[in-house]
Amino acid sequence: MKQLMKGNHALAEAAIRAGCRFFAGYPITPQSEILEYFSWRMPEAGGSFAQTSSEIEGINQVLGAAAAGQRAITSSSGPGFTLKQEGISYMQSLEVPAVIVDVMRYGIGLGDIFYGQGDYFQATKGGGHGGYLLPVYAPSSVQENADLVALAFDTAEKYRSPVIVLSDAAIGQMCGSVELPEMKEFDIDRFEWALKGRDRHYPQGRTLTDRMYYDFGYDEYDKHERDRYDAMKENEQLWEEVQAEDAEVILVSYGISSRICKEAVKAARAEGLRLGLIRAITVWPFPTKAFQKYNGKASAYMTVEMSQMGQMAEDAFIAAHCQTPVYSMPTGRDVADSEDIIANVKDILAGRKEAF
Amino acid sequence: MHKEFVFAGFGGQGVLTAGMVLAYTGAAKDYDVTWIPSYGTEMRGGTANCTVKLSDEEIANPFYKRPDILVAMNKPSLLKFMDSVKKGGSIIVNSTIIHEMPEVEGVDIHMVPVSDIAAGLGNARSANLCALGAAVAVAEDIISIDDAADGISGYFTKIKDNGSNIAVLKAGYAAVKQPSADV
Repeated sequence: MKQLMKGNHALAEAAIRAGCRFFAGYPITPQSEILEYFSWRMPEAGGSFAQTSSEIEGINQVLGAAAAGQRAITSSSGPGFTLKQEGISYMQSLEVPAVIVDVMRYGIGLGDIFYGQGDYFQATKGGGHGGYLLPVYAPSSVQENADLVALAFDTAEKYRSPVIVLSDAAIGQMCGSVELPEMKEFDIDRFEWALKGRDRHYPQGRTLTDRMYYDFGYDEYDKHERDRYDAMKENEQLWEEVQAEDAEVILVSYGISSRICKEAVKAARAEGLRLGLIRAITVWPFPTKAFQKYNGKASAYMTVEMSQMGQMAEDAFIAAHCQTPVYSMPTGRDVADSEDIIANVKDILAGRKEAF
Repeated sequence: MHKEFVFAGFGGQGVLTAGMVLAYTGAAKDYDVTWIPSYGTEMRGGTANCTVKLSDEEIANPFYKRPDILVAMNKPSLLKFMDSVKKGGSIIVNSTIIHEMPEVEGVDIHMVPVSDIAAGLGNARSANLCALGAAVAVAEDIISIDDAADGISGYFTKIKDNGSNIAVLKAGYAAVKQPSADV
């Protein structure tokens, strides 16, 4: 049965239904409703909720819970997401599966609580130290806030990797109809690798530390990491196409901006302009397979995102393989406007816009 | 079928709630629905608004662009949004506190004293629902007044008897349908 829910609430409820039984985090706008929802719902579902004294404590509690085999989650926004990066890097070194939600807001430093999509680089390029990667899902609706957080847990466990859900203030604050997933429960002891007490197989108990030291003895480690990331790139790309097949110009976008792109595609088609859209659902791995279908065939790609300079534009440029030019339309603090998008597309076609 | 509504007013006038009841009603009718509030510093500065869209197709953009219906509960909101209203659309004006209405070409203006009507029915705090009733009166091709009444009962589940709220909703509806009636 569908029901009307706020994006942040739908995400929290779907996480519970996906079997998540641990939350630790710290309030910050615009993600606070996630924490607020978990504060009553998590104990009701038999899980643990902690409002920690900082984001650093929150991410490390999640690391601990996940190391014991629990489905665990934390969420934040803006500067709070930055504070979690060291913990995410550690999680990836331990190969601990957990979900980190970033409800993006605008700006660097303190920034502001406006809508924004400026954390793309931080989320997709290994925001902590050492150069790790991890799957990043970018919901564009209340329904996807629910669907993708549930998928994020499955992907996390499939690869033993932390996974980011990169939502944004608009998707988190808006309400929409949502069909929630079925309730699932998991045995905390289902993983061979997870920390447990002493038993016949591990008389000293199990240790979980940076896998480089003992499991790979350094030498095989780089190859192991490369193989993991290659498998994610091969298997986990998700995207939606809107009338891209015959498009002269293909918009490339994600999250809240992609919704405006959909409006632009419809409006452009109504006036005979063949516009299409590739909407990235995974922003890492970036959906390069979608580009392979249209490189050299479409006249141009144009990325639309809320950042000061293009961020996703760089990934689109790489994916276009110099076969189709890429243009960038970063809208900064403003949500894109479909008429501006169409005007930019016309500028591309008339040779008036500079390529990225 | 696609309808775009903006509910705007001072914080405390219940515009976000009126929009939420409409969105709830639309979702119950299986429409695709979006509700998005004013947000950020604007929300903290005393004025509030939300955009509600109902459609039988997927809604792309949740933000206001060319509303079919504007509900203006105070003057600053009226001035902010009135020029964005679609030609052939409607503006519901809270005439209890907005006495002068500027000319807006190609748009139907409904002066409805929503605060007075709600107070007259002994439910002064439900002026927002009176305005919702008025908005439904100009959006009947997508939502009926009975749907909206069911929406009130379904949304305010903690209120045992929504009779008074529904009476105010229907009075707002009637004020648009029979403007000459003494209210």
